[in-house]
Amino acid sequence: MRHIVSILLENEAGALSRVSGLFSARGYNIESLTVAPTEDATLSRMTIVTSGSDEVIEQITKQLNKLVDVVKVVDLSEGEHIERELMLVKVRAVGKDREEMKRMADIFRGRIIDVTDKDYTIELTGTGSKLDAFLKAIDRTAILETVRTGASGIGRGDRVLRV
Amino acid sequence: MQLTGAEIFVRCLQQEGVEYVFGYPGGAVLFLYDELFKQNQVKHVLVRHEQGAIHAADGYARSTEKVGVALVTSGPGVTNAVTGIATAHMDSIPLVVITGQVPTHAIGQDAFQESDTVGITRPCVKHNFLVKDVKDLASTMKKAFYIASTGRPGPVVVDIPKDVTTHKTEFDYPDKVTMRSYNPVTKGHAGQIKKAIQVLMGAKRPMVYSGGGVILGNAAPQLARLVRLLGLPCTNTLMGLGGYPATDRQFLGMLGMHGTYEANMAMQHCDVLLAIGARFDDRVIGNPKHFFEQERTIIHIDIDPSSISKRVKVDVPIVGNVAEVLEDLLKQLEASKARPDADALKTWWTQIELWRGRDCLKYDRTSPIIKPQYVVQKLYEITGGDAYVTSDVGQHQMWAAQFYKFDQPRRWINSGGLGTMGFGLPAAMGVQLAHPDSQVACITGEASIQMCIQELSTCKQYRLPIKVVNLNNKYMGMVRQWQEFFHGNRYAESYMDALPDFVKLAESYGHIGMHIEKPEDVEPALKEAFSRKNDLVFMDFITDQTENVFPMVPGGKSLSEMILV
Repeated sequence: MRHIVSILLENEAGALSRVSGLFSARGYNIESLTVAPTEDATLSRMTIVTSGSDEVIEQITKQLNKLVDVVKVVDLSEGEHIERELMLVKVRAVGKDREEMKRMADIFRGRIIDVTDKDYTIELTGTGSKLDAFLKAIDRTAILETVRTGASGIGRGDRVLRV
Repeated sequence: MQLTGAEIFVRCLQQEGVEYVFGYPGGAVLFLYDELFKQNQVKHVLVRHEQGAIHAADGYARSTEKVGVALVTSGPGVTNAVTGIATAHMDSIPLVVITGQVPTHAIGQDAFQESDTVGITRPCVKHNFLVKDVKDLASTMKKAFYIASTGRPGPVVVDIPKDVTTHKTEFDYPDKVTMRSYNPVTKGHAGQIKKAIQVLMGAKRPMVYSGGGVILGNAAPQLARLVRLLGLPCTNTLMGLGGYPATDRQFLGMLGMHGTYEANMAMQHCDVLLAIGARFDDRVIGNPKHFFEQERTIIHIDIDPSSISKRVKVDVPIVGNVAEVLEDLLKQLEASKARPDADALKTWWTQIELWRGRDCLKYDRTSPIIKPQYVVQKLYEITGGDAYVTSDVGQHQMWAAQFYKFDQPRRWINSGGLGTMGFGLPAAMGVQLAHPDSQVACITGEASIQMCIQELSTCKQYRLPIKVVNLNNKYMGMVRQWQEFFHGNRYAESYMDALPDFVKLAESYGHIGMHIEKPEDVEPALKEAFSRKNDLVFMDFITDQTENVFPMVPGGKSLSEMILV
């Protein structure tokens, strides 16, 4: 089953490699991984999307907690949470496609953030499946480049992950 | 007063009460060595290969309750040390390993003797640090000792670039450290302990299985009290030997791949299993699928939550320091009259005695060729069961574990998790330095001993009177055994051709060498060797080439599917 795991860790050199090394050494999956400092610059917040049986996920959280740089670990999928991912897509926009691309971007609540006479760069935010849906909806041959951040997640309401 | 990084480094070791540093100098650590040279409090032991330095520090740590310390230079110094560090990591041994690094400005330039030490050691340490600023050096050293020795212990690497050892700052060694990201639990959950007692009281066929955690957590006294109070059978893992007195009637011997028949059968057929500081590894329970063919309730006490429910599902997990948890458990048990069903326990013991009657460790005592088991048995008798015994890896290790009865913890020193050949001799050096007046034996084989034999030179320099018991069957015995059982007697590359004359070799290092070929010479040889209190004696016992270790649970099989003699 797919799980989204949030980690608070010391913002120190090498902390990321400790986490990624743990996943590869123990044979756990990483679907996506995002990390950046928090409002407290000494801490980083990492979101990992992974999959596995309940036993595997339990081991993943335990092994993560064992890392000396890791301060807190929460499996967001255990409760209500919100998940977002950002995607930048460069698409060909010439002729009749130009209007069509604009319309599709609007439907998906995307924004065109760069324009040339041949292409658009569209910014789109949402769950992973919404981003997938957009890519399916537009003409595949028009896609020049896609960049995705991987999912970030946060608990709903008073579910707060902080030190 | 401003001190250099090198001065600070030595002050930190002094503050930690470090007695010995095992190491090997090189370019990146010259300033550190210069400061060590100027003082007498911390003694340095010069090994002949960095792997030996780590194993020696490891042996020192295992046989004491202290942190072992090693110092190596950058690049090849580090890569040579990795085997030792990984060995300590697998067996949870507290070490602080200081590694030299090229100057900070040269990092990443592919400088001479540069290696990414933090990267290379990351998967085989509990934690590691690169000290980029001399201001962080003292606090990092403090953290290193704290992390290595608390919680589930393990090795910590501190990588110090050469320029940091010359930079100056105020020295202030912190009294203690607090880390928001590292707070090991020590006290067991009261509710879980209560639940564990209920389960134990309802047991008809209870069993205690304890591992290295009991040794590392200094919980042997509590374990013995518990086992005796409830009249339970007890087995130890390879790492846990000495955790419960081996000569006690309630001890069933070691369990696992080469465990006793009675221990493995009791493990497989018990209805309540109390696991203490052990991790259900593949050499202990075999295939988890077969392990669960019999139903049982499992209580598991361990300081590391990730050890619980990793390979087998546990019913009553208790996270905490094993000594503290057992103390809490005992307090409640001693205050109450509740005991497990005495009749059921009696029936269970009758069954166990039947299994024990199988005499699974028997071997041919009339053989005209020396049987390796006989050598270990005689070693046990002649040392009065009171020696520190280190071993290498293979058949001799298993015979040592089966035939030397350890009544005390920290006497049996071996590489259980990683299975590192070459461990025995350097580990014995650390043990002998920690216990200068004790008998120290290194049980080894002609293959293993050659992996770190250069340390015979270190033994001479520091006059370490280790007794090397070389069980020489001219084969990598355990490899040969597997080839005999599972590879159609095709002994691919397991024959040790062109062996040195070990007697001459020992003599050339300045030691005493003995060559023993007849069973009747075994006892006199051992007696003579141990009467030489100040000499290292290398005993080369020519043993039966075809002897195998029994019982044996073939890989992937159930504990009850043993190959017996």
